[in-house]
Amino acid sequence: MRTQSGSKIRERRGDRAATIIFYTVAALFAILCLYPFYQVLISSFADETTLVREGYKFIPSKFSADAYRTLFASNQILYAYGVTILSTVAGTLLSLLVTAMAAYALSGKKLKYRNAVNFFFYFTMLFSGGLIPYYILMRNYLHLTNSLLVYIIPGMFNVWNMFLLRNFFNDVPESLREAATLDGANEVVIAFRIILPLSLPALATVSLFSALSFWNEWMASMLYIDDERLYTLQYLIVRMVNSISAASNLGQAGLPPGIASVPANTLRLATAIVTIGPIVLLYPFLQKYFVAGLRVGGVKE
Amino acid sequence: MTNKSKGVVAWLKHTDLVKNRWLYLLLLPALAFIIIFAYIPMVGVLIAFEDFDPIAGIFGSAWTGIENFRFFFSSSDWIQVTLNTLYLNTLFIATGTIGAVFIAIIMSELGKGLFVKISQTFMTLPNFVSWATVALFSVAFLGSDGIINAALEGAGIKPIPFYSSPDVWPTVFVIIRIWKGTGWSAIVYMAAILGIDQSIYEAAKIDGASKMRCIFQITIPMIKNIIILMFIMSIGNIFKGDFGMIYPFIGDNTLLYPTVDVIDTYVFRALRSFTNYGRTAAIGLYQSLMGFILVLFANWLAKRYSPESAIF
Repeated sequence: MRTQSGSKIRERRGDRAATIIFYTVAALFAILCLYPFYQVLISSFADETTLVREGYKFIPSKFSADAYRTLFASNQILYAYGVTILSTVAGTLLSLLVTAMAAYALSGKKLKYRNAVNFFFYFTMLFSGGLIPYYILMRNYLHLTNSLLVYIIPGMFNVWNMFLLRNFFNDVPESLREAATLDGANEVVIAFRIILPLSLPALATVSLFSALSFWNEWMASMLYIDDERLYTLQYLIVRMVNSISAASNLGQAGLPPGIASVPANTLRLATAIVTIGPIVLLYPFLQKYFVAGLRVGGVKE
Repeated sequence: MTNKSKGVVAWLKHTDLVKNRWLYLLLLPALAFIIIFAYIPMVGVLIAFEDFDPIAGIFGSAWTGIENFRFFFSSSDWIQVTLNTLYLNTLFIATGTIGAVFIAIIMSELGKGLFVKISQTFMTLPNFVSWATVALFSVAFLGSDGIINAALEGAGIKPIPFYSSPDVWPTVFVIIRIWKGTGWSAIVYMAAILGIDQSIYEAAKIDGASKMRCIFQITIPMIKNIIILMFIMSIGNIFKGDFGMIYPFIGDNTLLYPTVDVIDTYVFRALRSFTNYGRTAAIGLYQSLMGFILVLFANWLAKRYSPESAIF
């Protein structure tokens, strides 16, 4: 008896220790996830010369907003912001429309050939022609270059989002549709007046995913855009990082360090903050939609 | 109207295309999109077998058979980029899965309080920052006067010139991916843990099982299936290099190619520097085909392992 209760107490102590360790690990990891954001944010407000002299400090000894002043003095970031916002808004709306229409058509058991159509869509997730034929198509045949359309059109439909929405629509009671059909409504009316308004949370989730992919676009800038005023925010960043990487590379090779024009440290950090600003500010409010999307994405029909 | 045309009209009225014309109308934009942006480029793989001339077009260029493939496979590049792709992806899948399961178990043990809510928000946040921005962040950490090198110097250790040391990059990428993706991928496993029947834990508790014992003998065995399923699904993508992640970090920094140049970055560079579209398309087709075979293989595995989880 004694040994049993003794071991029980020991185990309870073990449980308490485990709980403490779990809290510690979770807290540490959460802080670790947040720390780079904090460090970049606080350093972007540091005084440039102090930053260069003292390195990155947890709290910089001298603050300055010069980086942000310089950043917004140039037109480039403003153009990039405009391009990114415009393509994100227009692209998300268009993509939502096209994707939701297809998802509605394929939901339920309405279409006789729905399996064939599903496979027609699904196959494109398994096999693709690769970058080169796509590039030639965009440049030589569709002439989608040097225009905002190059961001919007190729993102106006997404197979994965379509299947996600279709699964949501499958859950809308069939009786609603039947009642509307008896009242003489056609499918377009049913889709827009009944099904879509009932699926607002699902539509919100999908629009968030697609907005994020428009917001993060940069490859299109690199491949199809020559006019610097049409670059996206992310492409400005990619160019910035690559120039740093290349510059430190040249420095290692023994070339004079002044040869490459490395952007000032704080300016770089300020740019990073400015581009993630909207996401980080909105994220806590939108988190539940993202998570809902992930859960549904994991559930297969 | 003749009998025959009446028959045609009646037939038309009954076909699905007419009966469901509104639905097909809703489907039309998506179908047009997928034909133009996915199926037409598939026809474009013919370029891989041609000496492609943009003016002559796909059907006017001279056929060269497998010459383009011979060129790629006769250089040693293909071995390096293939191995790098497979090695990095294997590394990412293994570490990503372990990290996500680890965090999921810990978070599930902590219940659903405010602490869990807040720390989960922090943990999932990095997932929504683009790789380009993460690459820019990382300069503050990895640069010659960055945070890591300052810390190393403070500890009396020789600083690491990250941007000219290819060997450290697989590790750097693993760490950055754990930072960025763990909190997010843990959600799937947390949902799976949430689905476990609570009475099993209660019974174990009555029998005096400790927390750790419950984790190793109940939680992990119960979510084993979903771990294996996620693993199998990632096998299908093992031939796809993560271009969106690698390029912003590496760009055209040739010093780092030995460890992180993957098929996708190679194709991309070839596109920008070669004028030979045919050869580049051949590399792309090689990757697409291998990827396709692996997806089929992964699906076959999934079917064998648990028939209900196979994708098709």
